[in-house]
Amino acid sequence: MFTFIIRRVLYSIPVILVASFVLFWAVRSTFDPLAKLRQAQDPTAVAREIERLGLDRSILEQYFLWLRSFVTGDWGTSSRTGSPVLQLIGEALWPTIQLAFWGLLVAVIVAGLVSVYSAVRRYSLGDNLLTGAAYLGIAMPAFWFGLILIQTFAVWPKQQFGLAEPPLYFIGLHSPGQDGFDLDYIRHLVLPVAALMIALVATWSRFGRAAMLDAMSSDYVRTARAKGVPRRQIIWRHAVRNSLAPFVTVVALDAAVLIGGLVVTEQIFAIPGMGRLFLDSLVAGDVFVLLPWMIVVAIAVVICNLLADIGYALLDPRVRLR
Amino acid sequence: MSGAGLAGSEELLAEQDVQQGSGRQLLQRFLKHRLALTSLIVLLLLMIVCFGADWVAPYPQGQQDLLLGPTPPSAEHLLGTDELGRDFLSEILYAGRISLAIGLFVALLSTLVGTTLGALAGYLGGWVGELLMRITDLFLIVPAIALLAVIVQGLGPSPVTIVFALTALGWTYIARVVRAQVLSLREKDFIDAARGIGASNLRIIIAHLLPNLAGVLAVGMSLAVASAIIAESTLSFLGFGVQSPQTSWGSMLSQAAGYVGTPQVYLLYFPGLFILVTVLAVNFIGDGLRDALDPQGKHL
Repeated sequence: MFTFIIRRVLYSIPVILVASFVLFWAVRSTFDPLAKLRQAQDPTAVAREIERLGLDRSILEQYFLWLRSFVTGDWGTSSRTGSPVLQLIGEALWPTIQLAFWGLLVAVIVAGLVSVYSAVRRYSLGDNLLTGAAYLGIAMPAFWFGLILIQTFAVWPKQQFGLAEPPLYFIGLHSPGQDGFDLDYIRHLVLPVAALMIALVATWSRFGRAAMLDAMSSDYVRTARAKGVPRRQIIWRHAVRNSLAPFVTVVALDAAVLIGGLVVTEQIFAIPGMGRLFLDSLVAGDVFVLLPWMIVVAIAVVICNLLADIGYALLDPRVRLR
Repeated sequence: MSGAGLAGSEELLAEQDVQQGSGRQLLQRFLKHRLALTSLIVLLLLMIVCFGADWVAPYPQGQQDLLLGPTPPSAEHLLGTDELGRDFLSEILYAGRISLAIGLFVALLSTLVGTTLGALAGYLGGWVGELLMRITDLFLIVPAIALLAVIVQGLGPSPVTIVFALTALGWTYIARVVRAQVLSLREKDFIDAARGIGASNLRIIIAHLLPNLAGVLAVGMSLAVASAIIAESTLSFLGFGVQSPQTSWGSMLSQAAGYVGTPQVYLLYFPGLFILVTVLAVNFIGDGLRDALDPQGKHL
């Protein structure tokens, strides 16, 4: 197991290096990192920056120059805010991690329960309704769903019943001056988490249902049934356990989709996380933040894929680790 | 190969006719799929009313009626009017032209690029195929919406750059599917037979492989249309999509986001419903095609 993990980690390094070069090249060739300085019409500053970033040299040399400072922790300063990039990303990570954690947790539980129910009660009214809901969830833009949630569960009840505060909040993760895990936090979390997970639950529950049905029609389930094992035990001990491995893989492989969803969700609900940082930096053409942002995200996604492989191996003893 | 082998090869080439025959069956099975057929009709209708908006729309594009202002849906204005008194139904139909055109163009282009590269990678195999798959892997590491936003912002937002960006990311899925399909087809006897009678690589790919890919491509294309329409709307919502004075369903939604909590909230619902119906229809058509291809229903 240990050598397997080491091997996979080592394999991930060239992947990230190549990806970072492609991203570097793409960003350098579409954005001028000195756009803001050029506007200020300070030729000495422009010349100094060209020298520092090696902009007069080949793209490969520029990349290695950038990579060296990136690896040594010198991430430079944002051209938008003037603060260190490392600090900006560090501050933005925490709200995003919270949102991702709750979104992932709730989405996995809901998708898992829906999968089991739909597979066990195949073609029942409930299964058909859930299938329809999944089709809708896949077919609508997530941001539209989020805006409708705000209108329906926050703004409308407040107006309709003349409340002082909406029942569910839709700005940030805490009310000003509040902190920690309390009712206020939960009232802030419900809507963004719901908006974030809708598309994920829709796809994962369809996949989980198929995996469950696959397991239910397998020989070991037929054997267990023939032996007279109680139905409940067949479902939870035999079928669910065996469909967990492919389910976990799909969930982990959707890490990039989850992060994409976070960008949109943070924008709608004004949560000061990585997504907002990305959008603000992109509007300002702040390549000094964009590039490290994408590398950090790429590393996170690669780690998730790694966890998927390990999880698969742990859940399915038939997979031999090499 | 001897002469007898050649005769045998021709017999094997006749396998192609079987495949052609199943094309007709495919059509029959698709037409029996009621949901898919309804969806096809809905999609065609949407395309007719949007692309024919100049004739169909009740009011010209952008015609303002400032004295009228925002009104809820009525007999005069079926979907109401916005704050400038513009007929919302007409605006949606005109915006649909761009949304639908982006979806269709992206699907066509990414199918073209994906099929070419996927077929080459699968047929030639070796390091070419390996390299292509590693490239498609790279696209899975960074969230698509972030890459799209960077590309579109870097090149300057316009429908053309949006189509370019969506194609640049969209071809990978089709390339993977096509490569997998070609890898299995390449081992089939009729390809060996074609090679046996001296057909060139190009001829084998065009005349023997591509016709057998039609099914997967149709499904892949329908998925591409759906994801392109959703991605365009998301980009426009984030501010990196279609820019005024041009409008798409996504940019209308982005405008309407400001109406949450106002009496004009109905403006938020309609463009989204058009996206929802279009994407649903396209997905059902894809399902119908898949069921027609795989009547045993192994996909569940």
